[in-house]
Amino acid sequence: MTDTVPETKRPPVEDWATDFDHTHPDYAANAPEIWDDLRERCPVAHTERFGGAWLPTKAADVRAIAEDTDRFTSRSIIVNDFRPDPELAPRGFAPPITSDPPFHQEARRLLLPPFSPKVIAEWEPMARETCRQLLDQIEADLRDGQDITDAAVTYTQHIPVRVIAKMLGLPEEDGDKFRVFIHRILETPGQHDEIGPDETLVAYLSEKIRERRESGADGDDLISYLLTVEGPDGNPLSDEHVFGTIALLLIAGIDTTWSAIGASLWHLAQHPDDRRRWVEDPGVRIFAIEEFLRFYAPVTMARLAAEDTEVGGCPVKKEDWLLLSFPSYNRDPEAFEQADEFVIDRARNRHSAFGLGIHRCLGSNLARLELTVAVEEWMARFPDFELSDPETVRWSTGQVRGPRCLPVRILDGAS
Amino acid sequence: MRITYDRDVCQGHNRCYQLAPELFDVDDEGYAVLLVTGEVPAELEKKAQLCADNCPEFAIEVTE
Repeated sequence: MTDTVPETKRPPVEDWATDFDHTHPDYAANAPEIWDDLRERCPVAHTERFGGAWLPTKAADVRAIAEDTDRFTSRSIIVNDFRPDPELAPRGFAPPITSDPPFHQEARRLLLPPFSPKVIAEWEPMARETCRQLLDQIEADLRDGQDITDAAVTYTQHIPVRVIAKMLGLPEEDGDKFRVFIHRILETPGQHDEIGPDETLVAYLSEKIRERRESGADGDDLISYLLTVEGPDGNPLSDEHVFGTIALLLIAGIDTTWSAIGASLWHLAQHPDDRRRWVEDPGVRIFAIEEFLRFYAPVTMARLAAEDTEVGGCPVKKEDWLLLSFPSYNRDPEAFEQADEFVIDRARNRHSAFGLGIHRCLGSNLARLELTVAVEEWMARFPDFELSDPETVRWSTGQVRGPRCLPVRILDGAS
Repeated sequence: MRITYDRDVCQGHNRCYQLAPELFDVDDEGYAVLLVTGEVPAELEKKAQLCADNCPEFAIEVTE
């Protein structure tokens, strides 16, 4: 499979146990096989890259790190060549994901109500309409004689962008910009030539926040909410806090869900039995969605060691990175029966796709809604489809893994 | 069948509320609220088991 991997400046990896690089295209293409191999022979892999990082692959080790916020800090959660300024603690760049207790709890509590399941359920009609509009366009293109569409480009990438833009009160036409910011920050961190100051996420969001503040911040969008909400001390949030949280909502809400939708379609394209079951048995869908999330969990988090410590018997030094591979957790046979099989009606599924412990994905209800609606609407329109060229499917590098190129051929369902 | 729920362990994954709204509600912050006082109605035993088997934080237990 590696012959189709794009060119990279990253040095080749000799041994994934001692020199892993999750930003290398080989990792993106073969991650599940790499985790399975490591779990057998070296369950806590190491690399000197990024200034020293560890990759635990067993569920028990991942859970232990996620639950221990004393030994492992969230001051930065994207592994790259630079350690974040300790002065940023306890808030971190993007609260609450980069915050440690007790600050974390206060920052998170402000955001829980707008992301609670009952409030998120109100977004369903908008998400569904977004999917239908995209499918209308794909169908129109198909009538022009095409039978192939790149679902990553024509469908999956747009759904979370449009929903989060609406929630934040940002123009949905800016979606291309959002994706550029995200690609730089999440998929290829620290691997860029100089970026013009006007082209950064900081410049973009600073301008939008300034505009919103000047116009009175009286909308029902999340930027207005953050500009007007009272912080734990009874005062408005600091500018840095507002900025960091909006950056978080924008970054975390997009390519994660885009990846989950894409991986689910990638699976369905190759499994006619699962497609048939989805169509004929609506009761299976609630289980199928969680199995997509288990088997294709897109997000790997990270921590920094707050002190010299050990993980799974390995000596971890203060300021070493630790990747929290929730995707590898989800395929550990010690945590799941038939861990390496996709079981569409799996009834016992304590997957960790949304993380574990106090940093459980704030947007999980939104992500689950978007994934469910996106797969339902796709399957209602195109119940039969296949990969048109499996070799050209390309998976993203870094800590969010999903198909970025997903050409599918629509079969007779298109008529 | 009896069911117990530990609010201190719950992180608001909302799997239980999604699988069995007859047994669990959620509060304004998205944390689960157990709706029955220990004993599970016979017709909801299967759903109670599902809630326990799908809680990522092991916050729910059922016992025969």
